[in-house]
Amino acid sequence: MRIMQEFTKGLFKENPIFIILLGLCPTLAVSTQVVNALGMGAGVIFVLLGSNIFVALLKNFIPEKIRIPSYIVIIASFVTIVEMVMQAYIPDLYKNLGIFVPLIVVNCVILGRAEAFAKNNSVGHAILDALGMGIGFTLALSLIALIRESLGAGTITLFPIGDFSGTLRIPVLSKAPARVIGLASGALLVMGYLKGLFNWVGARRKEAVK
Amino acid sequence: MSYLGILITFVFINNFILTQFLGLCPFIGVSKNVESAVGMGFAVIFVMALASLATWAIQNLILVPLGITFLQTITFILVIAALVQLVEMIIQKISPPLYKALGIYLPLITTNCAVLGIALIAVRSNYNALESFVAGFSAGLGFLLAILLMSTLRERLDLEWIPKPLKGVPIAFITGGLMALAFMAFDKALLKNLIG
Repeated sequence: MRIMQEFTKGLFKENPIFIILLGLCPTLAVSTQVVNALGMGAGVIFVLLGSNIFVALLKNFIPEKIRIPSYIVIIASFVTIVEMVMQAYIPDLYKNLGIFVPLIVVNCVILGRAEAFAKNNSVGHAILDALGMGIGFTLALSLIALIRESLGAGTITLFPIGDFSGTLRIPVLSKAPARVIGLASGALLVMGYLKGLFNWVGARRKEAVK
Repeated sequence: MSYLGILITFVFINNFILTQFLGLCPFIGVSKNVESAVGMGFAVIFVMALASLATWAIQNLILVPLGITFLQTITFILVIAALVQLVEMIIQKISPPLYKALGIYLPLITTNCAVLGIALIAVRSNYNALESFVAGFSAGLGFLLAILLMSTLRERLDLEWIPKPLKGVPIAFITGGLMALAFMAFDKALLKNLIG
């Protein structure tokens, strides 16, 4: 029972973006296209998995006083791996994400999970926690990207597979998109209203339980 | 680019919070009242200016000559973390009143993505030492401007009626979105008109 909970809590109940509000900067900056959101999500899942495993493994060896710098070094190493792999195999995506790839280091979700979860739990639970949180982060990020791209540009960009060019056009919207949603201010507005929606749903659920 | 150009670019045109989304966490988290917003803003200016200078030195004096630029991310974040710690200790020693004002904000700054962000942007734009310093300082100034505006708006919003689900963080985001809309008025054309 508890094992399933470690995994599912990140998806909705403790969703890093909408509920705990961690890792906001990359969320809003890369959510202009769905493909960017997925790429960023994959990078974060990898780093989160690596750092959670290592922190859980080394928890008895890292002295209490220098734990934060140690976590940062572990996280930065995994981010460097992601950076190199992306640069080598998917250079387009790497270029789109820009400085937000190295900035995964300071994504508070990762340090937050190391400090709040991995250092007190076994490796198995830390892996589940990382997967749940990572997927929750990716889902939230993709949701924002989906809303912003479809309203702001009238398209949905995914990976090109075979004949499919990778871009879906939404008939009416792509002719007259609401460009502002794709720009900086749109990101903040979409995030604000989504968070409001989540609060509303959460409040209604609580009332239903009563 | 001239120093004035860099200043205007980072304060208005590429304002870190409102156009680049760097440093959003403190922007939402510490903007509940003006006093703490100003404290955070000055601490950020201080650290960003020093950090961009320090990372410039590391990049050009150590990483590039030795051909180990792939260690950039790791070294930069460690240098920033060490720098923040150092600044904290120095301020505590030299000026206790200043420490009292900025002290609690300094540890938060290590994980502020704006600091690592300006270090990376300065390196990628091939700025020289002084340009990096000015860029760091002005990006910090832009942060102060945005967080100060935001905190005064939020203090007033506390007195207004707001639908319950939107109270607190959501309304802060929406306010930020409208501010970003206003900041769209500053673009490259402004820079051209001002300094040619």
